[in-house]
Amino acid sequence: MLSAIWETEGLQTVGIVVLVFASIKLLHLLGLISFSEDSVEDELELSTVRHRPEGLEQLEAQTRFSRKELQILYRGFKNECPSGVVNEDTFKDIYAQFFPQGDASTYAHFLFNAFDTDHNGSVSFEDFVMGLSILLRGSIQEKLNWAFNLYDINKDGYITKEEMLDIMKAIYDMMGKCTYPALREETPRQHVEIFFQKMDKNKDGVVTIDEFIDCCQNDENIMRSMHLFENVL
Amino acid sequence: MAAGVAAWLPFARAAAIGWMPVANLPMPVAPAEKNRRQDELIILNVSGRRFETWKNTLDRYPDTLLGSSEKEFFYNEETKEYFFDRDPDVFRSVLNFYRTGKLHYPRYECICSYDEELAFFGIISEIIGDCCYEEYKDRKRENAERLMDDQEDKKDAKLPNMTFRETMWRAFENPHTSTMALVFYYVTGFFIAISVITNVVETVPCGTVPNQKEVPCGERYTVAFFCMDTACVMIFTVEYLMRLFAAPSRYRFMRSVMSIIDVVAILPYYIGLVMTDNEDVSGAFVTLRVFRVFRIFKFSRHSQGLRILGYTLKSCASELGFLLFSLTMAIIIFATVMFYAEKGSSSSKFTSIPASFWYTIVTMTTLGYGDMVPKTIAGKIFGSICSLSGVLVIALPVPVIVSNFSRIYHQNQRQDKRRAQKVQKARLARIRIAKTGTSNAFLHSKRNGLFNEALEFTQLPYKMNLSEQSSTEEEQLLTKSTSLLESQHHHLLHCLEKTTNHEFVDEQYYQQSYLEAGLQNYPSRSPSLSSQDGMTGTCCSRRSKKHHTPLQNTSAPALMQPLTHKHTHQQGLQELSTIHIRPLSTSRSSLNMRVDEPASLNCQSNQITTAIISIPTPPVTTPDGDLTHQNVVKVSTL
Repeated sequence: MLSAIWETEGLQTVGIVVLVFASIKLLHLLGLISFSEDSVEDELELSTVRHRPEGLEQLEAQTRFSRKELQILYRGFKNECPSGVVNEDTFKDIYAQFFPQGDASTYAHFLFNAFDTDHNGSVSFEDFVMGLSILLRGSIQEKLNWAFNLYDINKDGYITKEEMLDIMKAIYDMMGKCTYPALREETPRQHVEIFFQKMDKNKDGVVTIDEFIDCCQNDENIMRSMHLFENVL
Repeated sequence: MAAGVAAWLPFARAAAIGWMPVANLPMPVAPAEKNRRQDELIILNVSGRRFETWKNTLDRYPDTLLGSSEKEFFYNEETKEYFFDRDPDVFRSVLNFYRTGKLHYPRYECICSYDEELAFFGIISEIIGDCCYEEYKDRKRENAERLMDDQEDKKDAKLPNMTFRETMWRAFENPHTSTMALVFYYVTGFFIAISVITNVVETVPCGTVPNQKEVPCGERYTVAFFCMDTACVMIFTVEYLMRLFAAPSRYRFMRSVMSIIDVVAILPYYIGLVMTDNEDVSGAFVTLRVFRVFRIFKFSRHSQGLRILGYTLKSCASELGFLLFSLTMAIIIFATVMFYAEKGSSSSKFTSIPASFWYTIVTMTTLGYGDMVPKTIAGKIFGSICSLSGVLVIALPVPVIVSNFSRIYHQNQRQDKRRAQKVQKARLARIRIAKTGTSNAFLHSKRNGLFNEALEFTQLPYKMNLSEQSSTEEEQLLTKSTSLLESQHHHLLHCLEKTTNHEFVDEQYYQQSYLEAGLQNYPSRSPSLSSQDGMTGTCCSRRSKKHHTPLQNTSAPALMQPLTHKHTHQQGLQELSTIHIRPLSTSRSSLNMRVDEPASLNCQSNQITTAIISIPTPPVTTPDGDLTHQNVVKVSTL
């Protein structure tokens, strides 16, 4: 008997509690009550970030491009990114279009970090043009410096084997699956080993900037290939 | 490659410097940009309206009219512009396609004129962006239907040489073809109606015999009703047999829904005839009579709307299923809750959970009969929640079904959805082919490009004199066929190959080689070779061994060349190539034959050139007598 009463009473309570919670949730949904301060404003994100680059003269002074080249570069840049900045996703999309067979997103991520020199999450036209200026018109020293910066993921001045392995895997990812000979698990690792054998002179497990530049300057293959893209623009 | 990213190609190539320190092989030569001129403006005069754009913009799509040399036909020397006598409004969309890479379909434009303009400018309509594609396809379908409707009227003309059977079938399917068919149509309709009315009236109580309760008419006028029933069933039987006779595929006809309804409608009568007045089975016989009501479904042959309703319900099966499922869930939940809520009250009708189902259904569909009502407070609370949620749950899928029905009814197309799915699949397939076309383009030009390089690298004592001259011509042909943008893109991909020391291959080849690698066990034909350190020679040699036989015909697989020529490079390669040895099977030659089909070199001449490539291998001491063969690779040109 008692249990029967408890059952009904209990259900009554449950029913009333459910009703109360539902009404509170409804009011919260309608925006009449807010529990904490950061509720509604978070919904509004700044959808577009607009960015206007510095003037043509300043860029001309800072980079080694001519006026006409800067014009052509900016037109292409603005065409693809009307808002004036590239965020990482757009960057990955653009880069992925060049490598349809593989997955270019990891390498694009590293590349993005290399271009985004002030680390604000977006590449503006100035960053873009500075990077290109080094790559296309810079001295060998500057180019190697840039490459070192690319490999050094945490920007601490040393390339460790793990960092190099990440980069290598990213490069191999771009090849995709259908390669000849077929890619194996240990291919990137072996490639990293070869790299370290060549570059790490004092065998301390990391490659510093000096070791890197020294070794590259002694390798004629690398020297030759550095000049490969000089007539790109 | 999309239009806009053509502007990013310099960036991608510059970023390739990041691969250089990692690569162990020398990089290929960059394509030279001959006649490098500044970008110039082009004026396009379309029926008086002048559009100006950069030449590079138009060059992005070389397989269209504006992007290729075809536009030279429209060049006007005096005014130094290209004149097109076409609609300038549609041309706006066309030009925007070049600028932004996306083709949009303007809604106010007639579909026919738009299609004509696209065809004129050499743009395929599959490229229309997703934002406008649905609209475009809908309009196109409507147009096609309109054309089809016009054609169908002509189709009804009687063809000569139709057998009697075919005439009958056509008469059955389309009653408007001849008067006989129309008469038959109306007669069967009339009898269906008679039969249904008879069934209904049979059960009405008519007249009272004094001192007895009311009897239904059926039992009062048994003979009359029996005669009526017999007549109807005879007509239906004759109709069914005639249809069966006339059907082009009897098996398919017998499986169709309408014929099953026909059979079910007339069977009870015959079963009733067969069964005598056996008391035990007469109960079952009465149940069978229920099936006579199915005769009403025969009306669906006469009514288009009924057919559409049936089709709608079939096509909305998923929404209906969802409705049913959510209702069941809600019913069970609420029935349980109501049962436990009402358990305490005395003389409660909620005796069990299944008994509560009835209350829940009646409440959720807002019927509210009132034969079961909750009495406790908890019960009333949950009962009200139940009815509110019932309204919501039922109201949500219903508009979907309604809109579906109206759409189908208006379009009046039965095969509509199935055709749309096929088209969508075809469209996706075409876009996929276009996309793989870019990677295939690289593979093609790789073979072409490497073929050129192979000619440079090989020592050619056996080369015929004629081929020298023709090869340079072919070189020119080949380089001309790819635009500068493409060649730069291919150079970029080539650099990546060199960096990783792997090559891009197409999927077919990859799967085959993967398969054979899995099937093959490790010991190869010459075990001594595989145990050597400097395996460069074995790589080539094994391949070259297998390649002797297929070389006899002129269209030798072009894929051979990159594999062999790679190993002409320096010693540094050897370390890496040890990693990448794959045991090859003897069926390689057949593989190459198959793979060759997609690769079509567009060279004209048919000559075989043999060349010797000397591979810098370490001294290989093998008992194999094929030592000389290891170093001979026949490179054939077309």
